[in-house]
Amino acid sequence: MHDHDLPDASGHFGPYGGVFVAETLIAALDELKEAYAAAQRDPEFIAEIDYELKHYVGRPSPIYHARHLSDVLGGAQIYLKREDLNHTGAHKINNCIGQALLARRMRKPRVIAETGAGQHGVATATVAARYGMECVVYMGSEDIRRQAANVYRMKLLGASVVPVESGSRTLKDALNEAMRDWVTNVAETFYIIGTVAGPHPYPMMVRDFQSVIGRESITQMQEQCGRQPDAVIACVGGGSNAMGIFYPYIPVAGVRLIGVEAAGEGIETGRHAASLTAGRPGVLHGNRTYLLQDDNGQIIETHSISAGLDYPGVGPEHAWLKDSGRAEYVSVSDVEALAAFHDLCRLEGIIPALESSHALAYAARLAPTLPKDKLLLVNLSGRGDKDMHTVAEKSGIKF
Amino acid sequence: MARIKAVFERLQAQGRKALIPFITAGDPDPRLTVPLLHALVRAGADIIELGVPFSDPMADGPTIQRASERALAKGVSLRQVLMQVTDFRADNQQTPIVLMGYANPIEAMGVEAFAAAACAAGVDGVLVVDYPPEEGVEFAQTLRRYALDPIFLLAPTSSDARIAQVGALASGYIYYVSLKGVTGSASLDVAAVAARIPEIRARTGVPVGVGFGIRDAATAAAVAEIADAVVVGSRIIEEIERSASDKACANVITLVADIRRGMDGVAEA
Repeated sequence: MHDHDLPDASGHFGPYGGVFVAETLIAALDELKEAYAAAQRDPEFIAEIDYELKHYVGRPSPIYHARHLSDVLGGAQIYLKREDLNHTGAHKINNCIGQALLARRMRKPRVIAETGAGQHGVATATVAARYGMECVVYMGSEDIRRQAANVYRMKLLGASVVPVESGSRTLKDALNEAMRDWVTNVAETFYIIGTVAGPHPYPMMVRDFQSVIGRESITQMQEQCGRQPDAVIACVGGGSNAMGIFYPYIPVAGVRLIGVEAAGEGIETGRHAASLTAGRPGVLHGNRTYLLQDDNGQIIETHSISAGLDYPGVGPEHAWLKDSGRAEYVSVSDVEALAAFHDLCRLEGIIPALESSHALAYAARLAPTLPKDKLLLVNLSGRGDKDMHTVAEKSGIKF
Repeated sequence: MARIKAVFERLQAQGRKALIPFITAGDPDPRLTVPLLHALVRAGADIIELGVPFSDPMADGPTIQRASERALAKGVSLRQVLMQVTDFRADNQQTPIVLMGYANPIEAMGVEAFAAAACAAGVDGVLVVDYPPEEGVEFAQTLRRYALDPIFLLAPTSSDARIAQVGALASGYIYYVSLKGVTGSASLDVAAVAARIPEIRARTGVPVGVGFGIRDAATAAAVAEIADAVVVGSRIIEEIERSASDKACANVITLVADIRRGMDGVAEA
């Protein structure tokens, strides 16, 4: 049914992915693998997710033809998959619903999560409140300082937010700390990873839960346009929204898959987060993938205006899609992303997340080079309310 | 490879158990690493685990994490760690050195190049925390080609099948993680550990060292009764952390010698 039948049984996507963790985590991952496999075969579990996605998240999210933006760009037609309209304002909740229901099936009363900007933390805190679970979110102290509103949101939802003071005090360090919690409290704790990275089965499981984006898109494009898009464009940090929209399109011939990484202040400056564009394969956070690292194999600090893309690795399936040539990966700078952010606000009355603005910026670069009958589908992965402070600061405005 | 085996054979003949202290290379200063290695030997170390600092030590607790950060702040790389081993070997050809670290610095150097360099430097074994047996087969084979022992972890949660899988790959010794959690965690249940050691030894045919949560002579003595080796890490790092740099070697000797006496007292009894 699917010619991209990956990962293999041991969690590998070609040379990428795998289970690069200490022995202490193996039993927990085996338990998770078995529970997930059983849940996938259980129609009740599938039905429950579908129900929650419809009634709690508000799916399906619409596809919107951005006519004004398309006219201004003067080329291909731009369509937006509106993940920004989901409950909590981003695609992250799709995965959190799936993993929280799995946690409940596994009788784990406590969920933990890592978060960078706070979006995955908020989504996890949300589902924990919804299902009556204890919730602990690990967040770098540097990110806590930058994202005070999201920290408060998580607390309102009943979660405890634990500041992480090690390393660069950002997302990657929060992930390290969450893993440490998990290995210590594994009997009653479920670790909800927010992206398509980590040890097997996480990259596969998160992709599966996010694939609802691509499945809906295939149906909706057929209904609205009578055909599939010429290209699907999504931003890539860890890569969960991109994997979610790409995956169902992998076997669909003639559809280009374009992942857009954060070039930050420019690839040549070294201040960026473009692992696939400028990184080398290595091992971090339980999987082999492209990483931003120095010559000695130490992980280096990343930079992006968008905290959600500020991660030195990328999901292993993207590494595989890059090497196999099925997907293309490009990068967009902070400045270009900001311009795309402002354009969507003014031309379409939609405030996009800075993450999604990277995908929009590449669409704006590509559209004018194509004829008007070509279709570009952009995954608008989240709304930009959370980015008000960042954008205002860049524009020299103080609240 | 020969050195680790020789240590366990000698100790067995003497009815004693191996003491394996751990320090992080380059912590708190690269110039102190070789003196600290010699100090550990003087205090009674039989084998030394030398940590290779990594930016993201996921399986370690805060103590070893901080040691890694201090070493990285001084720019310590895997190449430098190998040079430190070379320096140590100039004055000590008996005490085995086991490098312990994470996969990425090794992969960045290249597995084959690393194994060749480690062998040339006088390293005896390598434990890569994030290479479980399913990801470590090729690596273990490469190490063996260079006469290096591949050391693997086992945990209380490891199934019989996994113990056998590790047994097929491991030589030197097996590092049994005595509790759930990260390095430096609080307490250790000696009885629970004791229940697992004989079956691991039987299934793997390799000596079993126990670590995680061993903080004093009494616990070390209790573990020495049941295991072939006792690994002490975070407690030593803490001692280094709170010592002035000119006192670090002396304070580490006092601490480790006390643990050694505890272990030997049990073995003699």
